Amino acid sequence: MTDAVVLEAKDLRKHYAVRRGLFKPAALVRALDGVSFRLEAGKTLAVVGESGCGKSTLARAVTMIEPPTAGQLLYDGRDVVGRSAAEMRELRRTVQMVFQNPYGSLNPRKTVGAILAEPLVVNTKTPKAERRERALAMMARVGLRRDQIDRYPHMFSGGQRQRIAIARALMLNPRVVVADEPVSALDVSIQAQVLNLMMDLQEELGLAYLFISHDLSVVRHIADAVMVMYLGRPVEHGPKDVVFARPRHPYTRILLAATPRVNPELRAERVVPKGELPSPLNPPPGCPFHRRCPHARENCAVDVPALRDVDGRLVACHYAEEMAV
Amino acid sequence: MPLLDIKNLSVEFTTRAGTFRAVDGIDLTVEEGEVVGIVGESGSGKSVTSLAVMGLIPDPGRVVADRLSFAGRDLRTLSRGQRRALTGKDVAMVFQEPMTSLNPCFTVGFQLMESLKAHEGLSGRALKRRAIELLEQVGIPAPESRLSAFPHQLSGGMNQRVMIAIAIACNPRLLIADEPTTALDVTIQKQILDLLVQLQKERGMALILITHDMGVVAETAHRVAVMYAGQVVETRAARDLFERPQHPYTGALLDALPERALGRRRLPTIPGVVPGIADRPEGCLFNPRCRFAQADCRRLRPPLFPDPEGLARCYYPLGGDMWGAPA
Repeated sequence: MTDAVVLEAKDLRKHYAVRRGLFKPAALVRALDGVSFRLEAGKTLAVVGESGCGKSTLARAVTMIEPPTAGQLLYDGRDVVGRSAAEMRELRRTVQMVFQNPYGSLNPRKTVGAILAEPLVVNTKTPKAERRERALAMMARVGLRRDQIDRYPHMFSGGQRQRIAIARALMLNPRVVVADEPVSALDVSIQAQVLNLMMDLQEELGLAYLFISHDLSVVRHIADAVMVMYLGRPVEHGPKDVVFARPRHPYTRILLAATPRVNPELRAERVVPKGELPSPLNPPPGCPFHRRCPHARENCAVDVPALRDVDGRLVACHYAEEMAV
Repeated sequence: MPLLDIKNLSVEFTTRAGTFRAVDGIDLTVEEGEVVGIVGESGSGKSVTSLAVMGLIPDPGRVVADRLSFAGRDLRTLSRGQRRALTGKDVAMVFQEPMTSLNPCFTVGFQLMESLKAHEGLSGRALKRRAIELLEQVGIPAPESRLSAFPHQLSGGMNQRVMIAIAIACNPRLLIADEPTTALDVTIQKQILDLLVQLQKERGMALILITHDMGVVAETAHRVAVMYAGQVVETRAARDLFERPQHPYTGALLDALPERALGRRRLPTIPGVVPGIADRPEGCLFNPRCRFAQADCRRLRPPLFPDPEGLARCYYPLGGDMWGAPA
């Protein structure tokens, strides 16, 4: 099963026109500006970045909620762009999503049984009795009790609700699960339970995860590969061990240094990030990170760095080679 | 004498289902210039504790304590007027969500100057000068022009800086920060934490940092209190707590951190959930989830036992052998 690429994105772009008032021309927000990656069965690609970096737009593109402006999205080598509605419906079943907030993503008026059966109702012709059987089987798989099937979401704790959300995502036997900050609304002890569950399910079912998170310690634990994004572009992308052990992009280094650590020996030297995230409406010229970058030089304000291979990973920085390891 | 001295503080809410103790007999002291971290999961009572200190527990809630004093003044017997004079001046608070705790109908400048007017009696040019100075101190670029900005025109990080500026406007002796960085991005979180620590050092201000993020506490606090189901279960110096936790709950929480699991695929978890209103167990509140629970843990509620480095509410602390059996 491994080494099988289930999802490939090639130079994916999503631009939005934003109206700024009656007399101003519409501005173009490049929410996603050239993202490429491959996702293999049984592997996890973590997408890391701060608000506005395009993580959620990427999730919307990959789950086919919104078509990309340009670029290709291939599931099992089949491009999703330009498919008929019927083919799209079929393709959408291969990718499912788990959202950040299990308090908001489950319909409070439906029982767990109904929530889990709904994907089958919408997408398949499974008879009612079988739907219930499948829901029960899935509940057992994610660690919920059979007798909880007729309960409503408010009767569950946050961790159990996230289990329900994961179960719902798995009802159609997807091959790819997009998880958008699946544990950041949960307490530490519950977070560990959900992460363990996600890893167990991945092993059993050979799922590929696109794991979106801002928490680098979670990413370090669960991911196989990491893609760090800044203003719609990947700035560093490679195997987890390489990126975490020898980050080459100044932004990755700042993110790592800014992550609070319990173990004092793991704390990096204090690089205090300066400035705020720039507005995506008005991105800086040249390297999008240059105004916050401690290593920026003159040409960083002019030339946009291309993503290139340095030391076993892709990195978009003119001076990646000089970044002391 | 500690700056803030709390002895046996309880906060109760009476509901139709019965009386619920959100905070259950906690002791806490904060010295002048000290950074105390309060950690715990949701529902552990950490925010309610801070609201009780601020006098912000709404009506059906009842605050009882053997001692609740700030700088020698008994907070329980303050009149409304005295309370108003104290809150916002000597004790100030920063809340979790900057976007919802600032009033969207007023400019940032107005909200900042409000407390300066009320507590410091400033007006006119001096008031404006002080407001600009404060915005500068918290690292807001172009502070003059920001005075007339509304909260929605600023980013989350900028709004949190404004909140901090309001909180420190009258040079408080104690600042309570309740999850001050939870809603913010990591790089902005780092900036805000650095700012709080820098202000705390410059002004010799005491800081209570309430958070669920172990990393934030480990990097910031001098001393830590761990709360579980309304009780303080362990308190000791931050370094000792993270190196040698004594309470099984603290130990389990630390083990559940992905940071500590490097190399291992599965994270150790804590089975079960934090007990709610109706299902507080008999004996030690943590016993149903504790790996080390014995028969007496299920019967008797342990007090806080002192050990050479701090206090732990456990009959069988993790490092028990090092210090001999608890008394």
